[in-house]
Amino acid sequence: MNAMTERMIQLGLLVVIVGGWQLGVEAGVIDVFFFPAPFDIMKQIVAWIIDPGFYRHVSITLTETVLGYVIGTALGVAAGVWLGLSRGTYRILDPFIKALNAIPRVVLAPIFVLWLGLGLWSKVALSVTLVFFITFFNAMQGVREVNPVVLANARILGAERSSLLTHVYFPAAASWILSSLRTSVGFAVVGAIIGEYLGASAGLGYLIAQAEGNFDAVGVFAGIMILAMFVLIIDRILDIAEARLIKWSPHSTESPAT
Amino acid sequence: MALAVVKSATTMMSPDKPRPMVSIDSVTMSFGTFIAVQNVDLTVADGEFLAIVGPTGCGKSTILNAIAGLLKPASGTVSIDGAPVHGVQNNIGYLFQQDALLPWKTAFENVELGPMFKGTSAGERREQAMKWLAKVGLKGFEQRYPHQLSGGQRKRVQMAQALITGPKVILMDEPFSALDIHTRHLMQNELLALWQEERRAVVMITHDLEEAIALGDRVVVLAAGPCSHVIDSFPVDLARPRDVAEIKLDPRFMDLYRNIWSSLRGEVEKSYERHD
Repeated sequence: MNAMTERMIQLGLLVVIVGGWQLGVEAGVIDVFFFPAPFDIMKQIVAWIIDPGFYRHVSITLTETVLGYVIGTALGVAAGVWLGLSRGTYRILDPFIKALNAIPRVVLAPIFVLWLGLGLWSKVALSVTLVFFITFFNAMQGVREVNPVVLANARILGAERSSLLTHVYFPAAASWILSSLRTSVGFAVVGAIIGEYLGASAGLGYLIAQAEGNFDAVGVFAGIMILAMFVLIIDRILDIAEARLIKWSPHSTESPAT
Repeated sequence: MALAVVKSATTMMSPDKPRPMVSIDSVTMSFGTFIAVQNVDLTVADGEFLAIVGPTGCGKSTILNAIAGLLKPASGTVSIDGAPVHGVQNNIGYLFQQDALLPWKTAFENVELGPMFKGTSAGERREQAMKWLAKVGLKGFEQRYPHQLSGGQRKRVQMAQALITGPKVILMDEPFSALDIHTRHLMQNELLALWQEERRAVVMITHDLEEAIALGDRVVVLAAGPCSHVIDSFPVDLARPRDVAEIKLDPRFMDLYRNIWSSLRGEVEKSYERHD
């Protein structure tokens, strides 16, 4: 099946689902109170997109997401590489890490609000706690799975500890870390949105919470759609970044010469 | 053990013989309570190509890792060019059995690693790396990543990577065992040509007796493990330069093969009995 047909089938599926939904609403089979008409949702999305005030909400959520993502990833990679290299420290800290990771992050939101206020940083903190552990476990695994022969080879060629880090450990962990970056971007958004949802004065989560408060299902659905697009765009940016960073992996370019 | 005593470092120092490059004195390697090799004495002269053969699981590789400083002997000492081995050695070249190239670096970047870690300037190491890649027949493949090269080509890159630093000793752990027979012959000949150009001490481990005789100046037979030790040592007096494929038809080669095999066979059989 070629790419064109696949695209057509995807488009067809979309038309059937959305069209069916719209028809169901118009025929009165679907209750608009719970499932508003797709056409109304689209109108709400367009209304937001052309409203300059809406971009303040987007930019706040984006700032929280990016800050939470960057800080969480940086801490996760640093801690993961460190504990991956030092097994002794890992064994000591292991129960604490497991206990911290076992806490459902949502319950931390009120504490962060208490500590950091209703502003930006309580949301960033929630994002960080979600992102950190994903990156941390992946970075640690990546460092541990370094091929011992490659490591021995680099040491014999004269690599000191710092060169081993930059030439062996980090590149070896890079594919693990990158795969965690894909997973954790969704969590960064979740952290920001939940934070906003539970207490904020702006942001996409706040918009959804407000719509829900008014029993405005159109607003809730439109907010969800905006969020999905938001994550898809970030995901696409990561796709490009990954292709540029990992040039050496077997699936990226041409096949071996024989 | 009488043989081992004769081969000790001091007796090798006669004026007509080159100085010993690697000395292994009553080395025992163990992992916990498991003793891999026991009381091994070996001396490799500068410029000598030593091949070590032995049945599988006899601890051949642990001897190489002791020379490289990757493993510490439980007792005994290893020294390279008179200096005792402590920690990982940087004056050796190690050809591993497995792929040891850094997969995230191109052939060129892999070859320039040794000089780079030693602090050679970028221009100089570029020149060296290009020269070595050309030497192993990989001109034009500099920018390929390991996964874009064939098994033989990866071995060539590894050879260039190990030899570019001008090591005092070259260690090889069944370097060509993963290659098909034709590529193997080709690589063996190329290795011999490179070695002939600039003779270094070589310690090669193999389970392939033909390879050991075709390449080596001396073949040492190890006993079946555990507690493996040197049981025999055969000088290989075949003329150099050699062609690996042709030399196997030489009657002298066949004599050597018969002699060494009669010594090795018993150990191989013992090893099978223990493993079955």
